[in-house]
Amino acid sequence: MSNADGIAPKSPLVEKKFFTFAHSPNEMVLDCGARLGPITLAFETLGELNAARSNAILILHAFSGDSHVAGYLHQDDERPGWWDNMVGPGKPIDTNRYFVICSNILGGCAGSTGPSSIYPKTGKPYGLSFPMVTLKDMVQAQKQLIEHLGIKKLMALIGGSVGGMQVLRWCADFPEMVISAIPLATTTRHSAQAIAFNEVARQAIMADPAWNNGDYYDGSGPSHGLAVARMIGHVTYLSDESMREKFGRRLHRSALSFDFTGDFQVESYLHHQGKKFVTRFDANSLLYITKAADYFDLERGGSSLLINETLAAVSFLVISFTSDWLYPTYQSRGIVSALKKNGSDVSFCEIEAQFGHDAFLIPNKRLDGLISGFLDRVYKEHCV
Amino acid sequence: MYNEELENMRFDLQIIASWIEPGSRVLDLGCGNGDLLEYLKKHKQVNGTGIEFSEEKVARCIERGLTVLQGDFRKEVCDYPVGRFDVILLSQTLQQIHDPKELLIDLLSIGKRVIVSFPNFAHWSARLQILCTGMAPVTDQLPYEWYDTPNIRIISIKDFKRFLRMFGVRTVREIAINTHHHDYKGTIVRSLKNLRATYGIMMLERML
Repeated sequence: MSNADGIAPKSPLVEKKFFTFAHSPNEMVLDCGARLGPITLAFETLGELNAARSNAILILHAFSGDSHVAGYLHQDDERPGWWDNMVGPGKPIDTNRYFVICSNILGGCAGSTGPSSIYPKTGKPYGLSFPMVTLKDMVQAQKQLIEHLGIKKLMALIGGSVGGMQVLRWCADFPEMVISAIPLATTTRHSAQAIAFNEVARQAIMADPAWNNGDYYDGSGPSHGLAVARMIGHVTYLSDESMREKFGRRLHRSALSFDFTGDFQVESYLHHQGKKFVTRFDANSLLYITKAADYFDLERGGSSLLINETLAAVSFLVISFTSDWLYPTYQSRGIVSALKKNGSDVSFCEIEAQFGHDAFLIPNKRLDGLISGFLDRVYKEHCV
Repeated sequence: MYNEELENMRFDLQIIASWIEPGSRVLDLGCGNGDLLEYLKKHKQVNGTGIEFSEEKVARCIERGLTVLQGDFRKEVCDYPVGRFDVILLSQTLQQIHDPKELLIDLLSIGKRVIVSFPNFAHWSARLQILCTGMAPVTDQLPYEWYDTPNIRIISIKDFKRFLRMFGVRTVREIAINTHHHDYKGTIVRSLKNLRATYGIMMLERML
């Protein structure tokens, strides 16, 4: 199929929608005790919800993601959603069969309520008056959206990294709404190392004078601090092996500069990633979301919130990647170990991959096969 | 293609499959590509889980809709609650285990019953080789040289039965078979088992 210019039309087309709830006086009570409302969630859906409302899959995005998981927003859209290789008609998460939902997280900056949203009380962006939100709050807000869509049970929850933490938080908080779950490259709690990198990223933002205590929305904002924060993030998403292969010690100019303008390809890669990020992400959102990820802990007090009788009826597919040093395999094994104690149906695979933590977003046949095979079984056993 | 029909499976696995009660909760240790689990799921409606070391085999199992964990089963069996499974399968692996006694104790805790199959090191062909050549036997069932064998435990049917008596494990069922290493066909041995059978298969249960 092609149009008059000989260019294939972009497919599938998706629409960004909004759901607003928690209006006064029914604001949402947050984990920290504060009340927040109204709350808007930006979301997108692909595929059709079946008559029994049994084919819904909720995809949870990672920390810097958004609701635009797959497809194109309009015909001139240059790039598809962030997981387009995985989600779509005939793809492993097949939208010919499943109804896929993805929403931007609470605290984010891609259409959902976050620190850059307008605070109704002041008519100005929240900035630091935005309350501290947690993974539990994010999931609580998603639950409102799922109920609004008329779905009582989710056929599957799928997410990697901070998205995987949301998957686990859903399982801990609303197990009766879950049929199956796929936590990818994730953990039940941040290691000291992961918290350390997040704190360096936050400090990079807060040390930028343009951050101005979070009150910068009438100016350009802490673009340098945010870029540095992203550069640090990118280092943690790669691996020694993948950086050696991608960049080695290659220069991005013909000879050493003998100054500090940058010589190595790895430097220009990080600069580029930093600059690109500044155009699409809010610095305060980064502070809030990284803090929420650091606070996330399903094992607080020594007992795992994944050990729960209701989860015995839930099927799990846990996946880790060999070169992921941000959320190493032992953390996924910890998830598996807790779930086994419930008697839950749990599968686990550690995929050999050199791309570090980023591996879960990079096209990978093994990952495709695991996810499509698992979903196919869940669909046949529970949804037909 | 995968083999999921009974006659296309290794002979000892055919016997094991025939011992499984429909609808039971089964754990298959070292499940490979999942042929036995797939067969049991399809024909005996079992609720099955496998444990397998190889990523490729684990992926194949999950792709075909089986529940399988990647890992070293010696460690993986430790997290399950007591009585989680009706039956645990350990086929042709006991002779490769570093601590077989402790493993069997663990298995008889998380499972009500354990089915074990192992090559019989006291088969006449092995005895004859030692006697005539004075060298470690190399047979169809034990095709390795001393320096490359994964089989670190020398077990005969007679040894194993003595072990079960010593540690208070009840034998629910037992059978001795004559078959080759990976063959689909074989015969049941009814007399002089420790001399004539190449494999022993036993269903074990804890004494209460």
